[in-house]
Amino acid sequence: MSDIPVAPAEPGALERTLRAGRDEGRKLLVPYLTGGLTVGGDHWLDVLSAVVDAGADAVEIGIPFSDPVMDGPIIQEASERALAQGATPLSILDEVRRADVGVPLAVMTYYNVAFRMGHERFASSLADAGVSAAILPDLPYEEVGPWAAAADAAGVETVLLAAPTAPDDRLPVVCARARGFVYAVGLLGVTGERTALAASSLEIASRLKAVTDKPVLVGVGISDAAQAAEVCAVADGVVVGSALVRRVLAGEGPAGAAAFIGGIRSALDA
Amino acid sequence: MALADPGPTGRFGEYGGQFVPETLVPACQELERSFRSAWADPAFRGELDRLLSDYAGRPSPLTECERLSEELGVRVLLKREDLNHTGSHKINNVLGQALLARRMGKTRLVAETGAGQHGVASATAAALMGMECRVYMGEVDMERQALNVFRMQLLGAEVVPATSGSRTLKDAVNEAMRDWVATVGDTHYCLGSVMGPHPYPWMVREFHAVIGAEARQQCERHLGGTPDVVTACVGGGSNAIGIFSGFVDTDAELVGVEPAGGAAVGRGVPGVVHGMKSYLMQDEFGQVQEAHSISAGLDYPGVGPEHSHLASIGRARYEQVTDDEVIAAFQLLSRTEGIIPALEPAHAIAWLSRDRELLAGRTVLVNMSGRGDKDVAQMMDVLG
Repeated sequence: MSDIPVAPAEPGALERTLRAGRDEGRKLLVPYLTGGLTVGGDHWLDVLSAVVDAGADAVEIGIPFSDPVMDGPIIQEASERALAQGATPLSILDEVRRADVGVPLAVMTYYNVAFRMGHERFASSLADAGVSAAILPDLPYEEVGPWAAAADAAGVETVLLAAPTAPDDRLPVVCARARGFVYAVGLLGVTGERTALAASSLEIASRLKAVTDKPVLVGVGISDAAQAAEVCAVADGVVVGSALVRRVLAGEGPAGAAAFIGGIRSALDA
Repeated sequence: MALADPGPTGRFGEYGGQFVPETLVPACQELERSFRSAWADPAFRGELDRLLSDYAGRPSPLTECERLSEELGVRVLLKREDLNHTGSHKINNVLGQALLARRMGKTRLVAETGAGQHGVASATAAALMGMECRVYMGEVDMERQALNVFRMQLLGAEVVPATSGSRTLKDAVNEAMRDWVATVGDTHYCLGSVMGPHPYPWMVREFHAVIGAEARQQCERHLGGTPDVVTACVGGGSNAIGIFSGFVDTDAELVGVEPAGGAAVGRGVPGVVHGMKSYLMQDEFGQVQEAHSISAGLDYPGVGPEHSHLASIGRARYEQVTDDEVIAAFQLLSRTEGIIPALEPAHAIAWLSRDRELLAGRTVLVNMSGRGDKDVAQMMDVLG
């Protein structure tokens, strides 16, 4: 593990934005969208603009992968459809580069996408496209070294996940290496909607808040405005993925996405 | 050389590792600690040895194939893993993992299966030890291996179809990992090959090393030495590693045989999926490609990391055979020796039949990893 570089002390663009929002007393809202997915003629960049206008502090863009083991049925379906429409990492990043989004972006994909392209090339492709951060859910702390070195050098923040299964002594180690924010996994399971907020969401947020001053955002299982507000009693913010992507897959388009994200924004601001 | 302990980082050369979601990292670390302690514990080893002999029927015999040898001009010996309880080598690993799971206080097993042999073995071990068992199996494989689906259900396991992607073994692994992410507290993931995150490739190899250890002794007695070539089919590569482990320190040539439509070593490049860095069939963007093989058990685009290592250092080599060559080999062994092989080990027979002129006069040990009963219905369609 000696080959894991210490995270740069200087926060990147994503972390600066999230810290600034938190300092203003705002709860942070980061929607997830599957990149490259067009449904019923609605281009995904139009959905992206709509969720930004509706109050997103940053947006996670999924680069679809053939074998998404951390994802449930909704994001699996979105990934399969985007891939079938010809989406590639380069096509998505090319579209992002030409878009003017106005908030920091993070890509979420699986490690093989970065590994296959080459760490340096993938990191610089993200930076060139104006993407601030990367989330690689199958690249845990112990394996992050070679990627983190390339990402740090390119100025790309590597968000790390922290899960309810982690023993207490693991959390500070993960938090110290995390950049952008700490992604608190809200429950034992894969991404997807749940009828109620898992008690583990509040527990992991609280355990993380006790050991780090980096923004702590809870994702996995956050399904509606009430659950988002409930977890933000402890957490600094939320990541909302499947609940939004389900609406996109159903053809609700930019207007439906904006209404859903706007509803969460209002609940968080209330 | 002997096959090495991959250490805490789980590396075989540059391959292996533990590329899993953060949720599973503590479980993989706990599994490694538990396996190390159990494997060093004579009581655990004794209990496993007793199950392997009294329940699974070990040691499995070594069979000299006189008529096949005459037909090919190659002296062929079979290590008869097809004669184990449940009909394949898979039982060696599953009994070990189920005992370990019980020792760790787990009450439930999840498993993936391709042809159904590992699923049947897992369901068997769960029945034996009174554990719950759920097996994920690709929807396509459930159709072509309906007999094994029924066997698993009869043994009390729940068989759940994997309906995403290629709906074969790769997708069953994805579903099993997703299950484990959600159930890691009471559940052990009983992974069926020398693949996945550390410690699986190493632990599963150790549970199958009994194949090579027995075969080495049997060859000493029968041949007065070692065979010239040791060969086995390779999907994930568990039966191959099991028999290779007994001969890696000899002069024997080690040959893995992959299906042409699922040849990770032969046609892949390094990648990371299912928790490991290894050769992988993938496109230029890292999307995993679908494998296509007549054999559900080898229909997998990746391979265990130790095979990638053995290939890269040149200690083993990997050949490819086509479905048609496998079908011919399936008939050849049935006709000449009265042994109906599973389609998986028929790949090894197919290779030595095709390359018989290169192998003329040499002695070849084949790991007969499973019996062909499960494939008879499928072959009735193919040959009918």
